[in-house]
Amino acid sequence: MSKEKNINTTKELIEKEYSTLNLGPTHPATHGIFQNVLKMDGEIIMDSESTIGYIHRAFEKLAERRPYYQITPITDRMNYCSSPINNMGWHMTVEKLLGVEIPKRVQYMRIIIMELARISDHIICNSVIGVDTGAMTGFLYIFQMRERIYDIFEELCGARLTTNIGRIGGLERDFTPKAWALLDKFLIDFPPALQEFENLLMRNRIFMDRTIGCGGISAERALNYSFSGPNLRAAGVDYDVRVMNPYCSYEEFDFIIPVGTNGDTYDRFMVREGEMWESLKIIQQAIDKIKKEPEGIFHAEVPEFFLPPKEEVYNNMEALIYHFKIVMGETAIPKGEVYHCVEGGNGELGFYLISDGGRTPYRLHLRRPCFIYYQAYAEMIKGAMLSDAILTMSSMNVIAGELDA
Amino acid sequence: MDTQALLTTVQDKLKAKFGEGVIAAETVADYPVYTIKRDIICEVIKFLYNDEELAFQYLTTMAGLHYPDNQGHELAVMYQLHNLPNNLRIRLKIFFAISDPHVPSITSVFSAANWMERQEFDFFGIIFTGHPNLKRILNVDDMNYHPMRKEFALEDGTREDKDDKMFGR
Repeated sequence: MSKEKNINTTKELIEKEYSTLNLGPTHPATHGIFQNVLKMDGEIIMDSESTIGYIHRAFEKLAERRPYYQITPITDRMNYCSSPINNMGWHMTVEKLLGVEIPKRVQYMRIIIMELARISDHIICNSVIGVDTGAMTGFLYIFQMRERIYDIFEELCGARLTTNIGRIGGLERDFTPKAWALLDKFLIDFPPALQEFENLLMRNRIFMDRTIGCGGISAERALNYSFSGPNLRAAGVDYDVRVMNPYCSYEEFDFIIPVGTNGDTYDRFMVREGEMWESLKIIQQAIDKIKKEPEGIFHAEVPEFFLPPKEEVYNNMEALIYHFKIVMGETAIPKGEVYHCVEGGNGELGFYLISDGGRTPYRLHLRRPCFIYYQAYAEMIKGAMLSDAILTMSSMNVIAGELDA
Repeated sequence: MDTQALLTTVQDKLKAKFGEGVIAAETVADYPVYTIKRDIICEVIKFLYNDEELAFQYLTTMAGLHYPDNQGHELAVMYQLHNLPNNLRIRLKIFFAISDPHVPSITSVFSAANWMERQEFDFFGIIFTGHPNLKRILNVDDMNYHPMRKEFALEDGTREDKDDKMFGR
């Protein structure tokens, strides 16, 4: 019966014709555990409410009970697609508090690790955009390359996903010859693979029709929502922490910041694609720079904070003392308050650290880019189709671990 | 603009506008930090946002703090603002009593403050007046305490085999 003919249809009854749809918490298309209660008018989303916190693990509270070096594994579990960046961000925060100067060679090695992590992060995000538009092939092909990056991480630190890579004051060990070989092989094999992936999607008519104009946000709104990383750059704002507040000698590197114009799904995809090429350029430059540095240096000379080699612990008294002091958290940490931020896989990842001189931080606040920009999701999908909402979420690269801390 | 010049520029502007509302200004590490009276924080942030020269139009982050020994000013909120075109960063702080944890919300200036304020409400019990939807965000809704406050020890307080002096606080 149509509405016009039904004399009993009041205004209230018409409003009740919206249907409620639970997207999540464990819907496969949300790529993580978060719930969105959508108010739908047919296929159109009228309103939505996000519920988060399903995998909240109280990182900020946990950090108040752990010595500084034990906080690194916590940071792994934030954005687990690019955990080396989180690890390095934390090491650099503590080094800033301690005032430790890191040798150039170590900084370049860290840059290689961070840029590899950025590539693996963007591979996941971009190939999943492909999957959500119905293109499974690109995802399966490019994931071989992510596997190769994880092989390099495995060679560097023994772990693949939650890496706990590096130490306060440097790296736990030098790059092995095998790691260099894997890296060289990757640098040869990755560009053709990425090119192939781009050929599949970038100018694909179906993909473009599906993503252009989907889930867009203006630069003004994005800034008001404190967007950062690729999502902000897709809206046309060239804010990159690596350029604006260089850390780890990023100022010596020559690379460009890809920016978009509309802030829609296609632009986010393109910005991430561009960043992968730039990361490759950075890695190549870092390798060239390392060749000019003295060999064998992989940490700063800070015996109070950097664990001595195991064989020295057993044979050398000073090394044993330092080992004991570091593990028991007996080394003096200066009082202070620092904020340090790095360009994470999806934005400005900040660590606000207050030390009162104790063995654990007094307060550690984590600026998690996901948490801050995911709140714009409700605004971005309002008036869109349900299938666009899925695509918007995957192109924003919302990682549940970082969102919920 | 270096940190010292930024510190004095912003301090002069705030003093001219708010007078006694600015309690302290100092440089901590590489950041100018201003301590502001709690009641005017929203006006201060609005002023910094709209001022043509300063234009702090990006809210980097916000964090609650708890100092149980600081009698009468137990709780604090830290705001970090960023001027993107000139790359200037400042930090604002407000201190207030735990018995009256009300803070004006800045959601009218920054949409990003919405979830940040909900998070600090969730963990510290800071009530942001004027917030459109102030409810818990990461913890369950029926939780009846604010876990980031210092009185909640992370480990079981009834254990006697662990001496806090030996194992952190």
